[in-house]
Order: sequence, then C-alpha cells, then structure tokens
Amino acid sequence: MSGQSSGGGFLMSVVVHGDSALNEQEKELNQRLRRLYPAVNENETPLPRSWSPKDKFSYIGLSQNNLRVHYKGHGKTPKDAASVRATHPIPAACGVYYFEVKIISKGRDGYMGIGLSAQGVNMNRLPDITFAKAGWDKHSYGYHGDDGHSFCSSGTGQPYGPTFTTGDVIGCCVNLINNTCFYTKNGHSLGIAFTDLPPNLYPTVGLQTPGEVVDANFGQHPFVFDIEDYMREWRTKIQAQIDRFPIGEREGEWQSMIQKMVASYLVHHSYCATAEAFAKSTDQAVHEELASIKNRQKIQKLVLSGRMGEAIETTQQLYPNLLERNPDLLFMLKVRQFIEMVNGTDSEVRCLGGRSPKSQDSYPGSPRPFSSPSHKASSSQPYLTGFDSNCCNGVTSNKSHSSSPHSHKPCPPGSGSTLPASDISLNGSRSQQPITSNDVDMEVDHFTNGVTESSSNGFLNGTSKHTTEPDDCDADMEVESAQSKRQLCGGSQAAIERMIHFGRELQSMSEHLRRECGKNSANKKMLKDAFSLLAYSDPWNSPVGYQLDAIQREPVCSTLNSAILETHNLPKQPPLAQAVGQAAQCLAMMARTGSGSCAFASVDDYLH
Amino acid sequence: SVKKLLKAPAVEPEVTATSRHYVDRLFDPDPQKVLQGVIDMKNAVIGNNKQKANLIVLGAVPRLLYLLQQSSSSMELRTECAVVLGSLAMGTENNIKSLVDCHIIPALLQGLLSSDLIFIEACLRCLRTVFISPVTPVQLLYTDPTVIPHLMSLLSNSLRTQEYITQIFSHCCKTPEHQTILFNHGAIQNIAPLLISPSYKVRMQALKCFSVLAYENTQVSMTLVNVLVDGELLTQVFVKMMQRDQPIEMQLTAAKCLTYMCRASAIRTDDSCIVLKTLPCLVRMCSKEHLLEERVEGAETLAYLMEPDVELQRIASTTDHLVAMLADYFKYPSSVSAITDIKRLDHDLKHAHELRQAAFKLYASLGSNDEDIRKKITETENMMDRIVSGLSESSIKVRLAAVRCLHSLSRSVQQLRTSFHDHAVWKPLMKLLQNAPDEVLVMASSTLCNLLLEFSPSKEPILESGVIELLCSLTQSDSPALRVNGIWALMNMAFQADQKVKVEIVRCLGTEQLFRLLSDPDTNVLMKTLGLLRNLLSTRPHIDQIMSSHGKQIMQAVTLILEAEHSIEVKEQTLCILANIADGNTAKDLIMTNDDMLQKIKYYMGHSNVKLQLAATFCVSNLIWNEEDGSQERQDKLREMGFVDILHKLTQSSDPNLSDRAKTALQQYLA
Repeated sequence: MSGQSSGGGFLMSVVVHGDSALNEQEKELNQRLRRLYPAVNENETPLPRSWSPKDKFSYIGLSQNNLRVHYKGHGKTPKDAASVRATHPIPAACGVYYFEVKIISKGRDGYMGIGLSAQGVNMNRLPDITFAKAGWDKHSYGYHGDDGHSFCSSGTGQPYGPTFTTGDVIGCCVNLINNTCFYTKNGHSLGIAFTDLPPNLYPTVGLQTPGEVVDANFGQHPFVFDIEDYMREWRTKIQAQIDRFPIGEREGEWQSMIQKMVASYLVHHSYCATAEAFAKSTDQAVHEELASIKNRQKIQKLVLSGRMGEAIETTQQLYPNLLERNPDLLFMLKVRQFIEMVNGTDSEVRCLGGRSPKSQDSYPGSPRPFSSPSHKASSSQPYLTGFDSNCCNGVTSNKSHSSSPHSHKPCPPGSGSTLPASDISLNGSRSQQPITSNDVDMEVDHFTNGVTESSSNGFLNGTSKHTTEPDDCDADMEVESAQSKRQLCGGSQAAIERMIHFGRELQSMSEHLRRECGKNSANKKMLKDAFSLLAYSDPWNSPVGYQLDAIQREPVCSTLNSAILETHNLPKQPPLAQAVGQAAQCLAMMARTGSGSCAFASVDDYLH
Repeated sequence: SVKKLLKAPAVEPEVTATSRHYVDRLFDPDPQKVLQGVIDMKNAVIGNNKQKANLIVLGAVPRLLYLLQQSSSSMELRTECAVVLGSLAMGTENNIKSLVDCHIIPALLQGLLSSDLIFIEACLRCLRTVFISPVTPVQLLYTDPTVIPHLMSLLSNSLRTQEYITQIFSHCCKTPEHQTILFNHGAIQNIAPLLISPSYKVRMQALKCFSVLAYENTQVSMTLVNVLVDGELLTQVFVKMMQRDQPIEMQLTAAKCLTYMCRASAIRTDDSCIVLKTLPCLVRMCSKEHLLEERVEGAETLAYLMEPDVELQRIASTTDHLVAMLADYFKYPSSVSAITDIKRLDHDLKHAHELRQAAFKLYASLGSNDEDIRKKITETENMMDRIVSGLSESSIKVRLAAVRCLHSLSRSVQQLRTSFHDHAVWKPLMKLLQNAPDEVLVMASSTLCNLLLEFSPSKEPILESGVIELLCSLTQSDSPALRVNGIWALMNMAFQADQKVKVEIVRCLGTEQLFRLLSDPDTNVLMKTLGLLRNLLSTRPHIDQIMSSHGKQIMQAVTLILEAEHSIEVKEQTLCILANIADGNTAKDLIMTNDDMLQKIKYYMGHSNVKLQLAATFCVSNLIWNEEDGSQERQDKLREMGFVDILHKLTQSSDPNLSDRAKTALQQYLA
C-alpha cells in the first residue's frame, strides 16, 4: 500500500510543479496558505507544502503525496532515529507559521519527535536528540511523544507538556516576530517551548521505532487549533505598535510635515485648484508658480489622452530646451507617439482619419499617482500596486470632469471601462476588446515586411517574415470573422501612410541617437516593441498589444512630468509617493532579513 | 447633615464666595438668569472636585433638583440641571452619598417620563453615575415597580440610553431576585440586539448585563442558549467576542457569560465553545501580560468553570503552562516595585491579596480530581510553603482560598504521605481552626478529616496537639457541615486507634452528645456517628471495655435506629455495629439477653435487601462462634428461636456472599 501511494505522491509532485489543473486539495492548500500568509512572496521564499523526499534519512518512508511519514528502520537504539524535513524553510514574512501532525500510529514505543530544524542538521535522529554529540545537531528543536519533553539542540529534554500518542494531533507554531515556538495538542496551546529561535527553520519530524506513522497538515486541511485567532492577536499587537509609534517631539511638527507632503503631492500631479485651496487652508507656500503647474497639467492631459504629437509640441513651446537636452526622453515620447498613431489616437493621424470614434480619446484618468519612475517595479510590488489602484479610484472621479472638454467626441459604449481595465492590467490579466478588421490589414503586413527588410536589426521579436506571412493570413481570416471594431490608425489610409512615414523618421532618429550617444538597449527594445505592433494583423490582440493600452501612457506621462519638474529644481517624485515606496521596500527588506512583523504591517492597511 | 458640614474640606474664603455666588444665582427670579447660572455652574464644576464639594455643602443640590422637577422650568434648564447633577456625582463617594440623601434617584427616575430625549439622556447619565457607585443602595432601582419596564422601553431610543441603561442594569443586578425581575421584564430580548450595536460601549455594557443575569441562574442561561442575534446563536456571538483581537475586557466578559451558562447546565462542558474557546481564553487571561485585575478575574472564572469537570481540569492543567504561570501570582509586590516605584508598589500591594486568593482557588479547582495534576501543583516552586503561609495571612479571603487549595490537595494519598507531612501543614491548619469564621472552619475541618486518615503521618502529631476537644466542639455546631466534619474527623481518628485514643474520644464527646448525634436530622451526621461507633467497637478488648461502661445506652440507640424510618445504609451500618458488639466476649450478652434485639436480627435476616441480610447474618455468626465461652448455650437458644432454619434457607440464596456466610454460620453447629 505504501508503495502504491508513494507512486501517487510522485505523480502529485509533478502536478504541483506543472501548470496543469490543480486538484481540490491543492486548491484548498493554496487558498489557505494565501489567506494565512498574504505577505509571503512565494517566488522568493516558497512555503513548505510537503516533506522532502530528498531531505530525509533512509529509515524514513514517505507516502500520500509526501505528507505521510513512516519509520522503516530497525529501531533498536536511539541511533536508529531518523528525521525528515519539509521541502522549504519557514519564510519570515509568514509572521506566524503553523503546521500540524496527526499521530496515525505510535508504533512500538511512540518515540516520535515533532519540531523544527535548520538545514545541515543530521537527519539520523529525532529533532533534538543528540546524545552528547554536541555541535552536530545545533538548531534542532522538538517535542517528544513518549515523555512530553522538549528538546532544544541537546540530548537532554526539559519537561514541557503532556505525552502524545495514536490519534492525537500535535501542532507546532513558530512566531517569527519574537522568535518563539509553542506546540498544541488536539487544539490546545501548550505554551512556549522555545525562545530565541534562529531563522530559516524547516518543519521536521523524527521517528525511532517500527510502526510509527504520522501525517502532516501544512494547510491541506483545516487546522484543529485556531491559528487564525492567534494571528489576529499578533496583527492587532503589531498595528497597535505602529499606531503608538512616537512621532516628533515638538507640537505641530508632525502635522505640518504631513501637510507639506500632501501639498507637494498635489502640486506634483498638477492638481492646481486643489493644491491652491489646500495651501491656503493650511497656510503654506507653494514652491511652484501656478502657471507652471497649469502648464504641466495641460501636457499631462495630452499625454494621457494619447495626443502625443500635441504633447511634444506643447512641451517644446513651454520648456524650449528640455527635450533638446534630453534626447532619450524625446525618443521615448516619439515612440509613444508612434504607438498612439497605430492606436489611432494621436492628433496627427486623427485629423487625417475622420472615421470611427477614438475610443482612447477620452481617457478619463488623471496622472496615476506614484506611477513615476518606479512604475515598472511596482508591478512586482503588491504594496505599490494596491496603493495605485486605491488612490487612482479616489482621485480620478473628480478629475474626469476637468478632462472632459478635451474629448472631442463622445465615448463609444464600452470605452468607459478604461479605468477598471487598467486596474486589471496591473495584475497581468488584461482583456482586450474585439476590433474591426478590414483590407487595411494586408497593407500593414506589407508595411511590416518592408520595415523588416529595411532594418537588418530585425524588429519583429525574432519572427522571420517567411514564417509570419502564412500565419498572418490565417489570423486575418479569423479576425475578420470575429467582426472586430478597432482599426489601425483609426482606419484611414492617409493616416497609415503618415504613421509609416513617422516610423521611418523614428528609425533614423534611433540610428542618429546611437551614433551620438552610443548604444542604448532600452531605446532599442522600446523601438523594437513598438514596431512589432505592425507585425500583427490585430495589434491589439497580439503579444505586444499591451503597448496600446492607455495605462502605458502613465509611465511616459510621469517621466515627462518628472523631467519638467527637475528643470525647476523640484523633486522628480512627490515625497508622499517616495515615503510609500520606501515603506514598501522596507517591508520587503524585513521579509528578507527575517523580521516577521512585516507580515502584519501591509502598507495598504494604512492607505484609505 | 451637620456632621458632614463640619467634615467638609476646609475651603478658602474666596472660593466659598464664588461658590456661594453660583448657588445664589439659582434663586434669581429671572428664569433666563437662572439658566445662565446653571450653565456657568456646569462649566465651573467640570473636573473640579473641590468646587463640587463646596456647591454640595452650600445646598445647591436641593435647588437643582427642584428646578429639574418643576414643570414650569424650561426643558433646557431642566436638562442643564441634570447635567450639573451628573457632574457633581462624578466626584467623590461623599458627593454620591449627599446626592442620594437628597433623594436624587426618585427625582431623576421621574424625569425619565419626559418626552424630551436630551433631557432623558442627561437624567440617565446622572443615574448611571449614581448607581455604579458602591455607596448607592442597589435596591433603590427596584422600589418603584414601574421603573424597570420603563427603562426597558427607553432602550430603543438612542445609543446613549442603551449605554446608560445597560450599565445601570449590570451594576444593579446583585441577587437572584434582581435577575428574575429583569428577566421577567424582557431583559434578554431587549438587550440581545445591543450585542451587535455599532457602539463599543453599548456592546460592552450589554455583554456585562448578560454575565450578571446568567450567573448561577438556570432560567436565564437556558433561555440564552436559544437566543438569536441577527440570525446567529448568542453563544456564537459570545465566541466572536472572545476573539483574540478583541479588547481584553470584552474577551473576559464574554468568557464569563459562557462560563455561567455552562455552570447552569445550559451548555455542556464538552461543547467546543467551552473546551476550545472559553477555557483557552480564560487561561490566557491569567498570563503575565495582562492587568492584575484581569488576571484575578480570569483565574477566578476559570476555577469556577472547571470545578465540576475533571476533563476540563486536565485540559487546563496542560494549557499554556497554567500551573507554572500561577506561581507568578505570588510574586506581588515584587522586590523591584518596592524600591523603584511607590505608585507601582501601592498598586501591587492592593492586588497582592486578590492575586494570591485567586491563584489558590484555581489550584484548588485544578487539583480537585486528578492525582497527576495534584502532583504537578505540589511540585510547583515553593507551593507548600505558599499554602502554609497563606493559611495564616491576615486576609480572610486568602486564608479561605489557601485552605481550599490544601483541602483539594489533601485528597491525594501520596501528598498526605509526603509533602503534607514534610511541611507540617497540620500546624497552621490547627491554628486556623481556632476561632475562625464558619466558612473557613468547614474547609479546614474537612481538610483535617483527610489528615487524620490512618495512613497519614500527620495523624500522630495532630492527636498530640489536643485536637479531640476541638472536634468534639465542632459536633455541637449549628452548621450541619461542621457537625459532619467534626464527627467525620473523629471517625477517621478512631479507625484502628489505640484504646487510649478511643477512651479519650468517648470521654470528651460524652455519651449524651453521641446519642444526640445519633438522632441528628442530617443523615450524613448520623452515618458518620455510626461509623465512629463502629470504629470504636473494634477489637474484642475495646468492644468489651466500651460496652461495659456504655452498653445500655448503645443498645438503646441501636434499637431506636432499627425501629425508626431510616435508609438502608443507616440500617446496614447499625447492624454492623451490632455485629461488632456480638464479637465481644462479654458484650455478646447484651444481645443474647435481649430477646427483642434477637427478633430484630431475625427479621433483618429475612429482609428483602441482601446487604441487611448479610449484616444480620454476620451478627448471628459472631454470636454462635464455636471457640468462645458459652457458645453452646447461645447456639441452643438461637436454634430454639428458629435461626437455624433461616440460615438453611439463606444457604440457598442466589447471592454467593450471603450463602457462604450462612454456610459458615451453620458449620458452627456441626463442630
């Protein structure tokens, strides 16, 4: 039976690592782990999910998806003891970690130990049985069933709790905030067993006599002990600690600092009326002239509504030397302009088109707060991401009114969903609206090929023209039947020609830049990605289609905004955003350095 | 009163003058000026205890009450008066006394009949402050039978009325009668919805109401288990309130509610809400991180919860090192607090007694059934020393709890043999027994009973300390519990005791008292007295000796008991005494010459109860035993009386003991 189930276990582990459908137990496990340990980044620090078939002594047998442990040695002397560790150490970002072990059979003598050990501990013993070989089993901690003693890196135990035997469920809880550990028996806490625990401990069990069998629960099933209640207590404690953190000795200092942060944030994002009102009511000076703020606001609106050409022009008018001194910035803006042309939103193609309403025209958003230079990083930072969407929702609603005069045409139905869609896109699962396709697509294909031929660098993400052609034809057929609505450059032939021309200019600008300033891989990739849009008959539904999404205007917008501010000797990023970013980074660093309290101090909790 | 006037704190003349002015303004003919005067007074007294005392002394209260009650006063004025009175009540206990003496309570209760919510709230707030003071007689809430229903009806008016009224209820529900009054006026249905109020204060006060209502009240508790709050069972609402992120006060009070419901048999002791929620919550409350008050309350409630249930005791004994954790309760005031911080020392001193008695109570409850737990307790650091010193503490509460703890541990044979003897606990115990209140005496004498068990090494020294007289005096107590313990201890003492001890017991107790105890209305006393007699009448020389001096009275008593209406156990014990008498050399004759007694024995040999048959047969068997002088005559006499026939019949009994005993008896005739 054990052979059969261990086969099953092997299969299971394949399923776990593969992407195929997870079975119910895996689903439940994942859900529970996510709920219990939301602060853990499993890409960096995976959670223990089963015993490790590699990290065990030979007297240990595993079965039932590597959750059941049985003893298969002789069990004659304590030297026959054997242990197994879980697949991964306990991440500090758990804050509080918990697993349970059910005693299926106490076997001959019930010499079972449940606990923790560091990597490198001899697996040839129960957790903590060292038998005078000091040093060997340093950092090994266990609670033994036969005598109820606790063993802490030594062979002599301390009286700790009751004995345990067949049918009992023993839990082990590691508190990574104060580095202690307590056990539970059948749902009852037995009190602290160990203090001053080192980091990176693995859940471990040890067995010593034949017939001993135990099952682990790393979250596959509900726990007998109410660990979530214990975690609630610690969450409350940590939050109280934060709330009570002493802030500034002097009266009013704290308040004025917060006011400054809010004011600078408003100014940064050019909410001039609000900034003005706020500064007035809090009696502060604004460090930028109102006109300047309004100028930035105007430019930002243009960028965010996809009217890049106008945005560049306005920037050049208002800040004459800015783009000249920043050729990379100009290049970036131009690339964006190209993308907007493809999108049919840039003013240069729009005046040529005159067909079909521009769905992207009425981008309702204001500058997305805090998306600035750190925007890319933010997608991998749950804290920042959450903050973004939160704040954006709050700010945008009143902003959309002020930007409405810029939308020359009424929004087509469905386009109003830009904001929610952008929220989703942050999580990487964007849905694309169906688009209209017509014979223009053929032209595009032709053009794409042309570009590819003219530039030996190959902008098509490695897709050669020979192989793409037949595929594209197939794709066209499909898209046509799908009755898509969106058209390249708004569907106008003249606009397409303008776009192609612009593409050529961009290409030569890129070459010029390379000659002047040397190679720039970021620029190169940017251009390549932009041109790649033309490789697809339906750019919006292509792998590079994300570029067309309105949300991609935001990093461009904030980069431009920052550059303008820099020329005025103002900070590139508002201090508020910086503080939030720093807090999030701090928490991530705490997780890495083993400070468990980061688990209960999400930045999101403090942004309402 | 005049006395109070004199006792009032000395006030500076200028303060008195301003105070005087405030009071004078209350008498202004212009109502507008009166109102302004009251408002100014309100602002003057806030947080100023001296000013409050002055105004009371100067007679502001009756005038304010007058204005408050006058229907001609504007609503605003009446409200401001209630606010000022509420403020005065916030001062010292003396303030409250003065207010109550001025009949503020009926005046404010009358005010509740108004239709103005703001005014009602002000009255309630003041009433609340008055009623939560320990100096206010609770009974004043129940004097007028219309008050409670009216308060119930006001509950729905606002968050404030809810908070104040529930707070009044929870402080004024002190007796089963109060519980019944509140229950009958729909307290449960009216207050239950407040448990999910948006206001924390309201939730908390409502919860407190339930804890006082449910305490030792089966009717309330049985009703509570079926109550739904917003579709959820009340027990589940309480469980949620025990969640570890809730304020400690709320966790603790919710745990009390469930504890009381459990002790009133409304919730089973093995219910998961008790085993997995209430018990762990209360154990947590005992931990060092909580306030001393919380630790006291937690330990007391936990002791109460698990008192009758060994399984809960076992779980608690292994939860969170509870037994070791309690040892910390004895470390106040700590040596650190004494030196570094006077305030802390004061605080610690104030709670030290409470902590110790709570710990003793909890130890007593933990160890009341399980031998392993008792062992664990006695092995706790300095445990026996702590009990010994606790027995002689000045605080009666601590002494009582310490002796309860000792009593609980004295149920262990092993501890009696070891730690009890090693620490000579009998000494302070004996001392405690001298002129202690009954409550303590009951526990102490009960413990003494165990210490006098024959295997207890403390038995000898206790005997030598002249305990017999003390125990004999206990048997004369009005309290049945003390009489039982006294006679019980004597019974234990007489078991296999020396002749000397037995004689001393009989001498000291006196036959008159002995016979009085044999007619005691308390069956327990009767049983233990018979037990004592039986122990006295063991081994032949003792039997003959005692019977020769008290035979007549003893035979009389035996006759009386056998003739009266008594339980089987009493009759059995009496027949056993008779059997012991029959075992004596000379004592036998007292039975043999008493034909009436012999008829009684015959009767019981044919009784329907096997135990009585057995005891009676035993008696006959002793009478006819061969190896003794005059056995032939006795055998003959009993044969004549038809005993042999009965014995023959009994050999056929389906009860093997009885038939064996009958056969053995018959063998005496064959020899």
